[in-house]
Amino acid sequence: MNPVALLNAMPGAISQGLIWGIMAIGVYITYKILDVADLTVDGTMCLGGAVFIMATMAGMPAAVALLLAFVSGLLAGLATGVFHTVCGIPAILSGILTQLALYSVNLRVMGKSNQPINASNYDLMVSSRNVKNLALNNPLFVVGVTVILVIVILYWFFGTELGSSLRATGSNSAMARAQGINTNFTTVLGLMLSNGMVALSSALLAQYQGFADVSMGRGAIVIGLAAVIIGEVLLGRVFRNFALKLLSVVIGSIIYYVVYQLVIGSKLLSGDDMKLVTALIVALFLAVPYWKGKYFNKPGKKEVARNA
Amino acid sequence: MLEVKGVWKTFNAGTVNEKTALRGVDLTLNDGDFVTVIGGNGAGKSTLLNAVAGVWPVDQGTITIDGTDVTKLSEHKRAKYIGRVFQDPMMGTAASMQIDENLALAARRGKGRGLRAGIAAAERRSYRELLATLDLGLEERLTSKVGLLSGGQRQALTLLMATLQKPKLLLLDEHTAALDPKTAAKVLETTEKIVSADRLTTLMITHNMRDAIAHGNRLVMMYDGRVVIDVSGEEKRKLTVEELLAKFSQVSGSDEADDKLLLG
Repeated sequence: MNPVALLNAMPGAISQGLIWGIMAIGVYITYKILDVADLTVDGTMCLGGAVFIMATMAGMPAAVALLLAFVSGLLAGLATGVFHTVCGIPAILSGILTQLALYSVNLRVMGKSNQPINASNYDLMVSSRNVKNLALNNPLFVVGVTVILVIVILYWFFGTELGSSLRATGSNSAMARAQGINTNFTTVLGLMLSNGMVALSSALLAQYQGFADVSMGRGAIVIGLAAVIIGEVLLGRVFRNFALKLLSVVIGSIIYYVVYQLVIGSKLLSGDDMKLVTALIVALFLAVPYWKGKYFNKPGKKEVARNA
Repeated sequence: MLEVKGVWKTFNAGTVNEKTALRGVDLTLNDGDFVTVIGGNGAGKSTLLNAVAGVWPVDQGTITIDGTDVTKLSEHKRAKYIGRVFQDPMMGTAASMQIDENLALAARRGKGRGLRAGIAAAERRSYRELLATLDLGLEERLTSKVGLLSGGQRQALTLLMATLQKPKLLLLDEHTAALDPKTAAKVLETTEKIVSADRLTTLMITHNMRDAIAHGNRLVMMYDGRVVIDVSGEEKRKLTVEELLAKFSQVSGSDEADDKLLLG
């Protein structure tokens, strides 16, 4: 492989990693904080971009389009939350239902399965064509600042009373209810917030790549999990603070896309194989803690650690 | 303070696993009553507590706390009136959150939760003092994750949390059953201290007849989903394990009240 071409591909890979990092933060909110595997994100990862592009083409300023995209994500999360809490459908199935429904919604929003947007004709926030510019419109800078803003806001929110009650719901819902927390409400709120983040990421991604596609979110949940896991494995012992944990998710996402670029650049695998590889890696990392508990459990250790 | 009237509860109705756990329970607790509840497995003790706490709706009957009919209120709304400690030490606290964060959650029981700080600096100081009263050294570990604590420490912490906002009713569901005898005694001692300091109206389930007799001003025995024995005052003070067993045989019409069943 050509090292120069590879080096040239790095800014793009890191930009993508940053953009998907925001989506991975959304996955972190549901999977790690709320303890729910939310499959809505596969649909939301297209919805945000679709809404953004259509709003922009309808003449709205980028900020408004971005806000609309975020709101569309909130609504997708609300749908899953209502399926789960009001209708009593298991969380994972609720997410699948919304994801399926969003496929139709996304087609309706775009009017077709792929909707391009030309960065020359519209005032977009990020575009892959600026990825090597030494200017403020470089996606690395724009998305980097967005990521920092997202982390700061979420850090603040999860420190509030409401944010704490959301964390308590994920940690122990029986305890949360005993302390007067409406766990249905906090669960819906968490799903909304998570999908809002995913839609935000989707809107940025659609601008970056210049189109929204009905299948652009396929497997997003697994990529999100991969980012969460990579971040945790590499930085879990160093990053204890909540803001740093969110940062480690973004770093995990960047590493994922850099490795992705390396693998494709090396011609060992094609981009088509990456979903298979990703799924196997995530499966492996999810299995390791289970195997550890099953085959390497040291008897007696618990008693030593827990002397009253 | 608490009025349970004609409460029925059947689980898995219409299936082979159908089990009527409560068969018209009547129980009234006066302000400041400390009632111990005993009974064999399946007598309905925990079901009664869960019915009061609102874990699920009851089939029939009413539950009133301090004049408010809470029968139709959801669990989290009733939490305003009720402090709870569970049998499983893992159940009463959030393991992945810090000790001070757990206390802060409990301090907001029954209040709105908005976008104010989840825990204020002044609170931390008061929690430190409060934890010191437990004499477990937890006051030095305010920012430790609760998951690192022992079962006994977690139960003691849950007890503090349940009473941080003085509850109208304290529900203790065999909260020492999962602990070793020494730790259990210590947690019971703490319970006694907190209940008497605030004169809390308390319903405490126990498997241990001696504990049931030693604590509280009133003792209730359940059998087959009903309250069958209710003694208080002087009678309760003089009660012995033998008398209690004799009473039980008489009420239940059988001699299954052996030590195995009742002493757990």
